[in-house]
Amino acid sequence: MALYGYAGRLLEVDLSRGKHRVVELEEDVAFNFIGGRGLAAYLLWRELGDRWEEVDPLGPENMLLVLTGPLTGYYPGVKLCISGKSPQSNGVVGSVVSSEVAVELRAAGYDGIVVKGASKDPVYLYVEGENVEIRSAEHLWGLGGTETYRRLSRELWGDLKRRLLAREGLTKEPSFIYIGPAGENRVRTAAVMAKLSHAAGYGGYGAVMGSKMLKAIAVKGFGPMPRAKHPDWVKLLIREAWSALNRNVLWKHWGTSSGGYEVASLTSSEPVRNWQEEWHDSRSMGVQNYEAHWVKRYWGDYGCPQTCMKISRLRSGKFSGATTDGPDYELQAYLGPNLGVFEPRANVYLSSLADELGLCGIQTGNVLGFAAELYEKGVLTREDLGFELKWGDAEAFARLMSMIARREGIGDCLAEGTARAALKLGKLKGVDLSKYAVHVKGVGVGAHGARSGKDFPQAFTYAVGVQGGDHTSPPRLPVDRQWGEFTSAFEDSAVICSFNVHGDLPFQFLRAITGWDITRETWMRVHGRRIITLQRVLLLLGGPDLYWDPRRDDDNPPRFYEPLPSGPFKGRSVSREEVESQKREYFGYLGWDSLGIPTEETLRELGLDYLKPAVERIRKRLGAG
Amino acid sequence: MAGPIFILRDYLRCSGCRLCEVACSLKHEGTVWPEASRIRVFEFFPGVDVPHLCAQCRDYPCVKACRYSALRVDESTGAVLVDGEKCTGCGDCVRACPGKVMRLHPETRKAIVCDLCGGEPECVKACHEAGFDALRVVPYTSVGFKVYSTMPDQVAQRLFETLFGGE
Repeated sequence: MALYGYAGRLLEVDLSRGKHRVVELEEDVAFNFIGGRGLAAYLLWRELGDRWEEVDPLGPENMLLVLTGPLTGYYPGVKLCISGKSPQSNGVVGSVVSSEVAVELRAAGYDGIVVKGASKDPVYLYVEGENVEIRSAEHLWGLGGTETYRRLSRELWGDLKRRLLAREGLTKEPSFIYIGPAGENRVRTAAVMAKLSHAAGYGGYGAVMGSKMLKAIAVKGFGPMPRAKHPDWVKLLIREAWSALNRNVLWKHWGTSSGGYEVASLTSSEPVRNWQEEWHDSRSMGVQNYEAHWVKRYWGDYGCPQTCMKISRLRSGKFSGATTDGPDYELQAYLGPNLGVFEPRANVYLSSLADELGLCGIQTGNVLGFAAELYEKGVLTREDLGFELKWGDAEAFARLMSMIARREGIGDCLAEGTARAALKLGKLKGVDLSKYAVHVKGVGVGAHGARSGKDFPQAFTYAVGVQGGDHTSPPRLPVDRQWGEFTSAFEDSAVICSFNVHGDLPFQFLRAITGWDITRETWMRVHGRRIITLQRVLLLLGGPDLYWDPRRDDDNPPRFYEPLPSGPFKGRSVSREEVESQKREYFGYLGWDSLGIPTEETLRELGLDYLKPAVERIRKRLGAG
Repeated sequence: MAGPIFILRDYLRCSGCRLCEVACSLKHEGTVWPEASRIRVFEFFPGVDVPHLCAQCRDYPCVKACRYSALRVDESTGAVLVDGEKCTGCGDCVRACPGKVMRLHPETRKAIVCDLCGGEPECVKACHEAGFDALRVVPYTSVGFKVYSTMPDQVAQRLFETLFGGE
């Protein structure tokens, strides 16, 4: 077979009928959309595109995609891309998580898994090469993260050991992704979990898994990574990448945990009390106060010398026993200062609780901050909640988090995520709550503000991202900047870790592995643009419960236009003119019109002619000719 | 290093990054192949990483168990070497191995085990370059090998208590 770097096969599982089959991954599809995020967008379009607006992300017709890319396993650090129609944005989010499932999938001879339909009873999927089983998960349903991990891991490895130990020797344990109670209860901020604290949070795919009654996907493979076109070149590149990563001492020693104090004080862009401020001088949030709780200082994903993850565990005090990673910067911020919590131990505890419940720490931190501000403003009362919700009260936030995961009381409404909760509560209370809701197109923004202008998001970043408020895929100008939307689309499609990107290395890997002549330049002009354009069309199609209007929704959260009330950049806010002019420039580069709708010429140029009817549907809905 | 050597593993320093696996499979198989790596890192619980490889038991039960004389001990390094021509994949060595390190190659079905790369193990180099030094080459004479002829799940259990202080 001529397709290098791919297994050339996808495993398609239909949970409604309890059947599975292997489908071919066509070479032209792989070439055009690469893998991961790009492939997800295409597969979703191909299956659901003509009735996208009617597809309920939490209904059985949605698909859950678990995909690898041609660089997975070769490039240092392993990532797995989870996608589907997002219950947050109603578009497509390529949500990545570090999980050895990606390596195992390729070792088992697949490029990914496509899960269709929904089971009636709780199940989990076990894949071992040609052996694919849909097994009962009755005994796992309702369990939190740690217990799910323990039981499943014991069950899976015990089974392998029984079968293979005597004759063939030990095999490595299978890897799996799973959901916690939040996913089971279809909470829109639920994550797909791996290990204990790794999460594919953006997009809300934990809820999609829950809607399919799918507790976990476990994979075991025995083979090598798919054949590379130039194996010797790949060998050299791996060494090259290792040595580049070994030089990055900051990430290696502290990971993103190092950002807590820095982002808050130096760039003044950290959410504080639901983004009312973006600055604090609380030195308690410095990395040295977290290090005291690190029981593992270096924790790496497959093949990655960078080891930015750290495991924290509290060994004393009222939160004793809480275990999580880092926390990384995002959770430090969102389950810390954003809730008025400035105490590392309380922050570790809240992060470990989010892991345990299977909630996305960013999205849930966003909705918790939103609720607390409503409480502060008197919109939500003690009667609504059943208890007081004051800034900094970690136990109250923990209680609310559990209520969200279980959809109890007010938690049922907040489980819909910030955007939908704001609409629902606003209607109930008869007030407009949109100014307190810090989300873009249903996706709570990452913990990097744009008001000070000192952090990486630019004025228009959140306004036009095809993944909504996702800070890991931020549109930036000039367009080919590292950690911009185009480079992110590459990383999520290839599928690799964006922290491991060094210069042109990923593109060299792509050429060495696949043999395709795709350079950074062709990526910018063709492949990346194609993927982003397709994602944009699906996002604008939207539905069924919410539709986005570019005139209203291609914008920052209202809060970003309020001047910063404190800190070194006091008084600054995002400038509307700047947003508009950057938007024009960005849309122009992509070949989209002033509303950000791809023009016919662009579609033709990118080989996306088949999107024409969809684009017409969007224009019609918007009344934009 | 003159004389037989041993790869000493410091479990607490292991980050679980599996650079050793990648380096080993690149050297022996020419590609990234986790299950064909002669050193493998087990992670039964997140953060509890157990690098697992041959302890070169001085009584060499695997070599003794082989009916086809497919295994021998390398005189200079002390490593167990497999003669692929003679190996029938019967699994006797696997059963004899106390730590269940010895096993059959997933594709060729011949016995595979760490050959110490002729004295300069790739896994140790990768681990050192990355700054972890969880693996180190030491003279064989100083090692109580029986400590290492252990199943990884047993090591993991003890390690879990050390790292997390029990439940």
